[in-house]
Order: sequence, then structure tokens, then C-alpha cells
Amino acid sequence: MPVLLPTTIDAVVRGIREHPRHVLLAGGTDLMVAVNHGHRRVSDDTMVIGLSGVGELRQWTVDHVSGYIRIGSGVTWRELASEPFTTLAPALAEAARTVGSPQIRTAGTIGGNLATSSPAGDGLGPISALDAVVELVGPLGTRRVAYDAFATGPKQTVLGDDELLTAVEVPIVRGWQGYAKVGVRNAMVIATAAVTLVADARRRAVAIALGSVGPTVLRCPEAEAVAADGFPWGGGTIDERCLAAVGEAVRAAARPIDDHRSSAEYRRHAVGVLSQRMLVRAARGLDRTERT
Amino acid sequence: MSAGHSTTAPSTIRGGLGESVTRPDATAKVRGEFAFSSDLTADGALWGATLRSPHPRARIRRIDTSPALAIAGVRVVLTAEDVPGAPTYGLIDADQPVFASDEVRFVGEPVAAVAASDPDTCQRALEAIVVEYEVLPPLLDPERAIDPSSEPIHPSGNIVRHQRVLHGDPTVEGAVTVEGTYDIGMQDQAFLGLEAALAIPDPDGAGVELHVATQWLHEDRTQIASCLGLPEESVRLVLGGVGGAFGGREDLSLQVHTCLLALRTGRPIRVHYDRRESFLAHVHRHPARIWMRHHADPEGNIVKIEARFVLDGGAYASTSSAVLVNAVTHTQGPYRCPNAVVDGYAVRTNNLPCGAMRGFGVVQACFAHESQMDRLATACGLDPIEIRLRNAMRTGDSLITGQTMTSVAPVERCIRETVALPLPEVPIGGDGSHPYMLPGGAGLTADPSHVVRGIGYGVAMKNLMYSEGFDDFATARCRVEDGEVTIHVATAEVGQGFVTIAAQIARSVLGLEEVRLHRIDTGVGSAGSTSASRQTWMSGGAVEAACRAVLSEILGIAARRFDLDTEGLSVLGTTIVDAEFRPVCEVREAVAGEVIEQTVEYRHHPTVPLDADGQGACHTAFAFVAHRAVVDVDVDLGLVKVIQVATAQDVGRALNPLSVIGQIEGGIAQGLGLALMEEIIQVDGEVKNASFTDYLLPTIADMPPVVARLVEEPDPQAPLGAKGVGEPPCISVTPAVVAAIRDAVRTRYGGLRDGTLDRVPVRPIDVVAAAPHG
Amino acid sequence: MTPTDHRDFTLSVNGNRVQVTHAAPGASLLDVLREQVGLTGTKGACEEGECGSCSVLLDGELTCSCLVMAATSVGRSIITVEGLEGDPVTERVQAALVDAGAVQCGFCTPGFVVAATDLLRREQSPSTTTVQEALAGNLCRCTGYGRIVEAVRLASRGER
Repeated sequence: MPVLLPTTIDAVVRGIREHPRHVLLAGGTDLMVAVNHGHRRVSDDTMVIGLSGVGELRQWTVDHVSGYIRIGSGVTWRELASEPFTTLAPALAEAARTVGSPQIRTAGTIGGNLATSSPAGDGLGPISALDAVVELVGPLGTRRVAYDAFATGPKQTVLGDDELLTAVEVPIVRGWQGYAKVGVRNAMVIATAAVTLVADARRRAVAIALGSVGPTVLRCPEAEAVAADGFPWGGGTIDERCLAAVGEAVRAAARPIDDHRSSAEYRRHAVGVLSQRMLVRAARGLDRTERT
Repeated sequence: MSAGHSTTAPSTIRGGLGESVTRPDATAKVRGEFAFSSDLTADGALWGATLRSPHPRARIRRIDTSPALAIAGVRVVLTAEDVPGAPTYGLIDADQPVFASDEVRFVGEPVAAVAASDPDTCQRALEAIVVEYEVLPPLLDPERAIDPSSEPIHPSGNIVRHQRVLHGDPTVEGAVTVEGTYDIGMQDQAFLGLEAALAIPDPDGAGVELHVATQWLHEDRTQIASCLGLPEESVRLVLGGVGGAFGGREDLSLQVHTCLLALRTGRPIRVHYDRRESFLAHVHRHPARIWMRHHADPEGNIVKIEARFVLDGGAYASTSSAVLVNAVTHTQGPYRCPNAVVDGYAVRTNNLPCGAMRGFGVVQACFAHESQMDRLATACGLDPIEIRLRNAMRTGDSLITGQTMTSVAPVERCIRETVALPLPEVPIGGDGSHPYMLPGGAGLTADPSHVVRGIGYGVAMKNLMYSEGFDDFATARCRVEDGEVTIHVATAEVGQGFVTIAAQIARSVLGLEEVRLHRIDTGVGSAGSTSASRQTWMSGGAVEAACRAVLSEILGIAARRFDLDTEGLSVLGTTIVDAEFRPVCEVREAVAGEVIEQTVEYRHHPTVPLDADGQGACHTAFAFVAHRAVVDVDVDLGLVKVIQVATAQDVGRALNPLSVIGQIEGGIAQGLGLALMEEIIQVDGEVKNASFTDYLLPTIADMPPVVARLVEEPDPQAPLGAKGVGEPPCISVTPAVVAAIRDAVRTRYGGLRDGTLDRVPVRPIDVVAAAPHG
Repeated sequence: MTPTDHRDFTLSVNGNRVQVTHAAPGASLLDVLREQVGLTGTKGACEEGECGSCSVLLDGELTCSCLVMAATSVGRSIITVEGLEGDPVTERVQAALVDAGAVQCGFCTPGFVVAATDLLRREQSPSTTTVQEALAGNLCRCTGYGRIVEAVRLASRGER
């Protein structure tokens, strides 16, 4: 198990091609846990390709013309929790702030979150609700995949063995967006339930993505439609009937399981409550924006 | 006046009793230089590792170690056949095998051990060992274990101990009765410093030196020597730096395995557990189901308590029988109670073994009796403080065991001082500057409008030291050589700070400031266990007695030198004074060139075992504490943020106030953890959350400010007037937090669904389900 | 590009070049620091980034060394608690931890020293919530954190 420490995306792709048996190591916050616990033994014929030295992956750029932020897969949670993300992609920034501890946020990357694709991955809800696009580079070149087509199951994605996840393009949405996550502790906790809500003022659309209540992050088309219909786009508060209907539709969309972290019953309940609260926050937030 | 009398006034001693002296090991610890047991190594050391059962219950049909032995670097593989001495060990009953031979009884039970050149090779060796199991149906339900028709899962049967407490008139009925059934989850000690040991075999192979993080060196030695088939003096134990204990190091875990591997290979052996193995390998706090019914007169005076306890002891006895005695004898809590009908069982199941954890049975009892006191207050139309004051125990009261409370019992004062502490002024959500100010924290789940504040109380009584006739003693050696004092004790320093107060005691007694601690090892007599809040009293008493014995020799020297009567001499500060407190000379001058050494055993007064009806003066002494918790609850999501914990604790005398505060704050964190998040979850006997990702400890963001008052009424029975302070802080804070949650739910809904919020830890769904409707 | 050997490599630890030989495949920086380099001030208690006992500064950033594959940290600056000796911020933190009674068993302490140093280098007078957020990744089982918060407060003011 030699180690390759490339500094360019090209070198990574070459390394992947030359070493069919390889493992990509970004922040290490998932992979090293498995290695330390012996769940994953890195054999001598496996090439570890460390990504931390690839400067291109650690960059982000804002394209105000096209209206998106291109975030390199090596950008860390610590960076995502600060400007410009707090302004341009607040849901993602809020999610980033809930990831693990300062130590984890220093090491963990958005690319690692996408590649691991745990249903509890904090970055995935915002990426889904913002309709972000994932960029993959492989031997045949670059392909761009909408997030909802990228994640196919629990810890399953369309990322090929010969591909590198290089970036995610996150649209800049005018309106309100937020991320809320339930954990039993006040800090450093894996989500037992999470909701991302985006109220897109330009398109007058609402996106709701649920975390930790299904095999992947779940979108709730029905709840989104009900919410968009009842949303006070011109200002004011949201009415109770709409809130109740959204809560019910979200609970219906959830497909939670019982495990040692929570009961399915609670998870379903929690995403309902969070969706309603966030819709109220969104209406309040937009109302404030409209008036200023 | 003789020539020896100096003209200056007696000086004061620096670093004596009552001062907040800092720890002697603190500087090494902040620099990373302090050697914990996991930091130790020796030339030529090999690594050891343990193979554990994957089944809660199975017969071992066959073990084939040869594939493991074939791996390069593997030196030895040991199984039950290789244990030269007693095949089993245990603190009270030797019922736990060093290695399972015929049957495994819990997931994680040791089956074999290997020694190899490095940890990786050890792991590969463990994987290569072939064990054929015949899986048997496990006994997992403690109620079924009580049922005599259940098949015994151990030759000693399924009931480890059954203990009743019958007191007074069992037919008395109260005008008011309240009852409830309470569940307490399995808590883990979760000390940060994982189990680790280094065993070094003697060159002749006839003995072994074990450096290990433990709570009781001599008891370890007795058990280890028995299993090794060696005389005790051939097994020497040295305390490796201990990274916390909290009861989890009172039982053996890796000790025998490590020594055996060292003796068999003739090489030093290091064994380090990882977190998962640690969860499996040490005993835990007993999960319990407790039913209680309180009878009171219309004014709220308790007239009778009925209770039934079922403690799940898991596969082996450990200290279950003593934990049960603590639980049933603390049914009444710190309240007077003339009549009692209590039944208790500690049973064996195929779950993880349980034993000592800080609070030792009283944590479980206290959650039940304090929940009951709140129910009783409601039923009698009293507030939770008044019901407790009305029933508060006093010195001289008779307990439900018939024992008389001879300890200083400032229960009323603890309650009143707790209540008098200022409530937090911070509004819900604080100033809004940080998400940590609301329940849910960085998860941004709540707005202040979703949150309700609640207040709850808990009061506890906790026995100190060992009970039921145990010959409980501690040994200390004091040596003064050229003015420098050396204290030698085998008292396990697990972080509690005995090393600090041992030196303080020596300074205050001897009037000599230079005190050093000898290495903690079996080179001196037993100090007993660092548990049961006992070392300040016991080892403190022994150090004091040893120093006093040395002092009387010093005074003799001074008397002879200055031709005075020894009887009239004493030490004030650093000065020897005569009967009129006139200075004679400095202690340091009296001991110049002298070598004085004394070794003393200290014993507390005897106790007796409980009889079949739970009667007898079984406990040594008691301490008391009150807690008030203020919590902010997001009732709809069931998330809780503790805003403040206030406490007044009966400490007797604070020998080191800063250390006491450390014990109080740390204990509160553990009690808060049990209230809100800490539980080992087993499904079919298998632990589902044996990691710090899923077994949640309170973080710095979960801990509220603690406001504490030390209630100092020196106990004449205690050698220094000081009671143990380690356990009380973690006991009644748990029911206080839960009471505060109930209070918040009641505030929100005007009521609480009956039978909810009666288990700890409180899960978010439990709060949600407590809504009285819908 | 030439692969780095994963068993034998050179690290920069506390400003010194350290030759590592025969590291275990996939060995974490924590293991290598403790077992190969002999710097045992960095502690391990969970091996999954949940406890912070293994905190080090990697290229100046607070990191759990248990989650760093040692062989991938070639060419990076690794500072352990031992390497912070003499650092004025660290020395203030250490003195404050001692004086405030923030040390009991002390197993978590080196990790807190590294994390608090990192915090106080960035913020001279952090609020209590800032301290909590910065130290939320460091578990302590003995103290209940009260004395640790107090120590950071003392250190931030330069009080002794």
C-alpha cells in the first residue's frame, strides 16, 4: 500500500488509471475510522491516493453571471461554514457548522460527504434542495450529474471506480434557505433527522430535503408544491392550514428506520416539526427582505 | 524558658489542609509528560490481544488455534486450558472465567488471547483462530431470570442476590399513595484513558510485574495471583497512570491475560483495548426497573414505602450483590420513613456484566425515590421543596434497615442552601448571539418561542465506604528523612486528587512542607479500593494516622532535645509548640539528620451484613446532597438544554475546596449524561453503540454553569471531619434534570401524560410522548 | 509521480525531520507519533475523531491525528503538545489549566491544550459560547468542563 500524493487533478486521474486498485483519501474522517477499527484493511497492493495536496480541489469560485458557486471537492467544512457561503449558500453554511467538531470540520470535505453519501451526511440536504450539480472527472473526461441522479442508495452513488469527484456547483438562490438538524447533543452529533428548506423567491418555488429519514436524502415534491402554493411570496405570514398540510406531506414522504440512534416514529415526527418551523422562518425571512 | 524556645510566633504551613492546592501531577499532565498506562513500554515488548465471543450464549464445541500460530510473528495463543491457577475470578464471587471454556455468556466474553510482534499481527491472529460455537438461546430479560422455571445460564444460578427489606408495620396504609415504575438505562463509565497494561515477567519466569490502570492494586493482585497459580508476593503491581475510572476499573479486565502472555512468552507484553473493546470488557452501571409506592399522611409525611427492584447484572456476578444492597437500603432516600416493604433482585442474564459505577445502586434508587417525591408533592398539594423539607432526615433517625443515622445529616440545610442559590438570569435563547443558547444547539432546530423553561429538584443520600461487615482498611507509610516527607500508599490515583490531599494532610500534621509521594504500588499494604467515596476518609485517615505516629516520634526528639515533656508538645504551622503554644523549635530543625518511618492501617468502625429481612447496621457512614436543575425544553422536538445546575453538598470539611468543586462539576456532568443521552443499547445481547460516535457523552456545549455551595459540618466520625465527595454529585442531579423536563412539559400543556418521563436517559420521543393529549 | 513508501517515510514533527520505519499499513498519524516517534503526549481514546484527545496542529490547523493517515502527512508541518513547549499562548493555557483545577485524570488534557492554543491564537478574548464551540470536539469525563472554561478565560486574559 504505497501512497501517492498528487498535486493536480490530472495527476490524480492518472494515478487512478494506473492503479485500478486504489483508494482515494480526502479528509480521512470516514475512511480512517474504518481503517482504525479494522473494518477496512488497506492491503499492500492498494494505492492510497491522498487528495489533500491537490490545490485545485480546495478552490471555490463564485460565478455571479450564471448564478452559482463552484465548490471544489476538497473544500472543508470549516471553510464552508464561513463567508462567502454564509451569504451565498446559507443552508450549506449552516449544515457545515453542524458537522462534527472543529477538528472534523478542518479535515472533512464536501467531496468526502458526497462520495460517502451517508443518508445522514450534513452537506447532502442543502446540495439536494439547492439542485446542485456534481462534477466527475474520469478517463473519458468530465461529466456533470444532477445531485438527485448522483445518489442512488445508502452509501451508493454513480461515481465510477475510475472517477474523481472534483466539484459541486451550487446555485445561488434569492430568497430564504436554511438547514436544521436534530441530534441528542447540543454539539458534535450525527443527525437523527434533518431538514433543508429553500424558498426560491424568483421561481416562487419551495424545496424541502430530508436527511436521516431514508436511504438517501429525500425530496418531498408534494410538500414542496403545497408549501409553494401557500407561501406568502408577497410578504406576510404563512397560514396554519398550509403549515399543517406541509407537515403531513413531509411526514408521509419520510421513510425512516428504527435504529440505535432513534426510532422511526420520532424521525418522522421531527422532520414534520422542522419543516413547519423552517417554513415559518422562511416566510419571516422573506417578509423582512421584501420590506427592506 | 528553655534554650530551644524561639522568640518568633509559630509560622503557618503552606499547602496544608483546607487550601486549594493544585495537583502535584498537573504540570506533567498539561505538558503531555505524565505516563498513562498506555504510554508504557519496555525493551522487547510484544503485543497482546483478546478474542471475544460474538454470541450472547453459546457452547464452545472446538477451538483451533493452529492457524493463528502459523502466522509469522505470532508467539503464543492462550485459551482456558492454559490458565495455570483458578479458572475464574471475581470481586465477590469468583464466577467469571479468565477465558470461557465450555460456554460463552455474553457478547464480548474472552475466549482466547494472543501475543505477537505488533498489533496488526495480533488482529490477524485473532481472525485466524477457529472457534466452533453451538448457539444457545440467550436469557436477556431480567424478569425471566427471576422466574424459577428459566434454565440457569450459569452453575451458580440466575439470581445473584435476592434481598428484602422489611421494617416496621407492613400493614400501615397512608391516606395518600403514589406509585410509579422507573427504568434506568445501562450507563458506561467511559473513562477517556482506555484499558492498558504492561506486564514484565521476572527473568526466572517465577513472577511478574504488572503496570496497570486500576482502582485497587491489592485486590487485583489477589485475583491475578490466584488465576496464575502464583503466590501473591510473586505478582507485583504498579499503578500505571490512570485516565479516569468511575468504577469501571474495579473488576479485572486485561490483567490476567496480560500477565499470562508475559509469563508464557518470557517477554514484556502490552495490551491496549480500543473503545469498542473497552465497552465490552468492563462492567457497567446496572440497568434497573424499579417500582415504588409511597404512602403518606395528608400533610405529606411519609408513613411507608413499598418497592421492588430488578437489577440486570448481566452474565457474571461482579459486585451485583453489593449494588443491590445499596439500592434497596437507599429506597427511602434522605427522608424519614418508619415502615418499609422492599423486595430486590440482582439477576444474571446474557447481557453485558454490570458492577460498579459511581453512585453504585444509589443512582438507580434515587431516580425512583425523587420522581416519587415529586408525585407525592403533587398528590398532597405541596411544592417539591416543601415535601422534601417536611421529610428530611436528621442525625439520630432510624433507617429502614433499623440502622441509626449516626453521620452528620444536614439534609434540610442542603435543600435550603440549594434553593437559595440564584436562578439563572439568562432568558430563553440568551442574547441570541449563538445557537448554543437554545436546545438543539448548532442544529438550529428551535426559536425561543418553541422553548419552555422548567425547574426540578433532587436530593440524595449516599453511603460512604464499604458495607455489610467488609473488613475495610487502608494502609499508609510515612517516612521523614532529613526533613523531607515521603508518603507511600497503594491508593489508586484515578484523577480524583488523593495525591494532592495526601500531601496536604502530611504537611498539616507534620509541619513539614516538602512532601513527595512514593510510586503507587504493592510495596506497601492495601489501601482498599478507590471507590465508594472512600479514599479521603480511609486513605486520608491512614495517612493522617501514619503521619501522627511519625509526629509523636518527632515530638519525642524535640522533648529530649529541649528537656520537655512530650505530652505537652504539638505542631502549629511548621513549629513545635509547648502546652502554652509557645514555640519550641521548627519541626524541620527537630528532624534534621533523622530518619523516621511508620506504617499504619486505618479501619472504620465495623458494620454487619443485612439479615434476610434487610435489617442491620450495614453501612458505615452517609453523605447528602441536593440539586436543582433549570432546563430549557423544546417540547415539540423533545430537545433539552440544561441552563444551570445548583447544588449544596454535605462534604463534612473541604480539605481542598478546588478539588471538591472538580468532583462536583464532574459528577454533575455524568448525572446529566445519564439523564439525557448516555445509554448502552443492546439488541439480542449485542451492543449497538460501542463507540463515542453513538454512545454520547456530554460535550462542553452541553454543560451548564454549576453553582455550588459546600456544606461544611465536620463529621466527628471522619478522621479529618471530611466526608467522601466523589459520588453524591452524580446521583440526584439525574432526577433533578428529569423533574425540570416534566415541569417544562407541564408548563406547556398544563399536565403530563401519566407514566411518561419515568425512564432515563430521557429520549426526545419520551418528551414528545409526554404531551397529555394527541 | 513517485509513490511514497507507506512503511518508511520522513515526517516533520515539531520542526524536526523524523524518519519513520516499518509503520503499519494505513497507520494513523496518532499511532506513528506515539509508537514510532515516541511522542506520547498525544493521546488516543476513540480513534474516530470524536474525543479530541489526539489533537495536533497539521500545517497549523487543529486536527485529530487519528484521522490522518501518517504516510499522507509527508511534507506537512506536524506540531504536537510537546512541540508547543515554549509557545507563549500554550504556556498561558497550561498554567491556567493547572491553577483553575481543570486537570483531574489528565488524559484529555494535552488535547485541550492544543485546541485551546489554537483558539486563543485566533481569538484573544473569546466569549463562553465561542470557547464551547471551539472545544466541543474535546471530551473530558472527569471535570464537567467548568474548570476548563474557567482556565481558558484566565488564559485569555493573561491572568494567573
